[in-house]
Amino acid sequence: MSAYRPPRIPSSEITPKGTYLNRRSFMAAAGGAALLPALPALAEKLTVKPGPYGTTEPQTPKDTVTSYNNFYEFGTNKGDPASNSAKFKPRPWTLEVGGMVAKPQTFDLDKLIADIPLEERIYRMRCVEAWSMVIPWDGFPLAALLDKVEPLGSAKYVAFETVVRPEEMPGQKGYFQPMPWPYVEGLRLDEARHPLTLLAVGLYGETLKNPNGAPIRLVVPWKYGFKGIKSIVKITLTDKQPPNSWNTLQANEYGFYANVNPEVDHPRWSQATERRIGGGSFFGGSEQRPTLPFNGYADEVASLYAGMDLRKFY
Amino acid sequence: MPLPKLSPRTREATIWALYAMGLIPGLWGFYQGATGQIPGDPVRIFEHMLGLWALRFLCLGLAVTPLRELAGVNLIAYRRALGLLAFYYVLAHFTVYLTLDRGLMFSTILADIVKRPYITLGMAGLVMLIPLAFTSNRWSIRRLGSDWNRLHKLVYPILIVAVLHYALSLKVVTGEPAFYLLVTALLLGYRLVRPRLLEARRRLRQASR
Repeated sequence: MSAYRPPRIPSSEITPKGTYLNRRSFMAAAGGAALLPALPALAEKLTVKPGPYGTTEPQTPKDTVTSYNNFYEFGTNKGDPASNSAKFKPRPWTLEVGGMVAKPQTFDLDKLIADIPLEERIYRMRCVEAWSMVIPWDGFPLAALLDKVEPLGSAKYVAFETVVRPEEMPGQKGYFQPMPWPYVEGLRLDEARHPLTLLAVGLYGETLKNPNGAPIRLVVPWKYGFKGIKSIVKITLTDKQPPNSWNTLQANEYGFYANVNPEVDHPRWSQATERRIGGGSFFGGSEQRPTLPFNGYADEVASLYAGMDLRKFY
Repeated sequence: MPLPKLSPRTREATIWALYAMGLIPGLWGFYQGATGQIPGDPVRIFEHMLGLWALRFLCLGLAVTPLRELAGVNLIAYRRALGLLAFYYVLAHFTVYLTLDRGLMFSTILADIVKRPYITLGMAGLVMLIPLAFTSNRWSIRRLGSDWNRLHKLVYPILIVAVLHYALSLKVVTGEPAFYLLVTALLLGYRLVRPRLLEARRRLRQASR
């Protein structure tokens, strides 16, 4: 099926930030700020240099990336994060890094971002539900943060934890809560130190928006999207394999490793192909394509799993 | 609560109005998707929306009898339209699955139908709906007589596979699928108690005579 693909809009043609910020403050002043609903935290421009591992595949438009994703803290529908996250306050933010480290620390996020140079990483994102996107993230390698706290030789794994704020995250209160909170994830230390593994603080050159896991989230491009834990408040180095939420919920469907693997199907659906969500106008111009081992990053990461039975450790 | 009595011509017009209104969500969804107005994953959103409307019309069709017997509201004239609307939405849902979703890659589609229980169930529902749609005309009703009633009892297993198809396609069961599971339980549960209920009513009427 052929679909119309609009030309890519050069960033020079995008309405300058200042212009629409001015309009917002004008609107707020005109309407009387008290009469307006709280404005969601505004995205700010980030200073970013291009990083390695880029792809030339067409990028998923920003509006799509910010309006369609899973973030159950705001609801289980994929439109919920965009609709229900306006009350969430991603600043001020602190990130506690501890456990088996020589220098446990609590970082102020803004200071941390000022301290570590940010890179743009254009990664494929493959959801376990068999859809995919291409997203330009902005962030820094997780290894850079780990270096600051100096993991001990005994540390083997890294555990992550999402914030719990039922007052700001409607998915965390009421009936029919899909899973226990906080959402937790984990990586082996060598996976965490791999140069592909990113802590993202932005996308498309701007600070992360609430639906995408503001203000700081994990991106592990060779694993299914659910490994990319959002709104992280705590990182702990440990010597035991940490629990991860989806595995705890349904161990036969979601593993600890969750490496993208077209050979190992989800028990209820095939993982052999995926639908790339693009930017066309006729039904998003989305197309079915074969899924690649390790989401196309096999050259970089396959050696991490040498000798492992990936059917067993899915 | 008796409904106002309609002349046959007015009733006919309201039935056609039901068909027209019933098709609006699907046509509107297609228009929005085709013109790039559905954000996110328009294919999945449109596909799921068609499936959900099929389930809704199926439930509405099965609510006609309990409504008549419990609330005295007689909507039997609209039942065929509700059933056919459900069938049209299932067909559209399946077509979108084959084309926009799976890109007509038949090798993987067939493997999915055989291997994935939720897809097998959905497929079974579609297959069972076909004879019902083809016999939803007066000629068939006359021709089949009491067999028609027996054949159309297939709608009960169809509702079961439809709601399971929906629930099993999700990663977690949340409010909306739980709602349809409950509605299904009520609609089918009514059929289980119905013979006893009608019998008790008949006795009551006889006793009061």
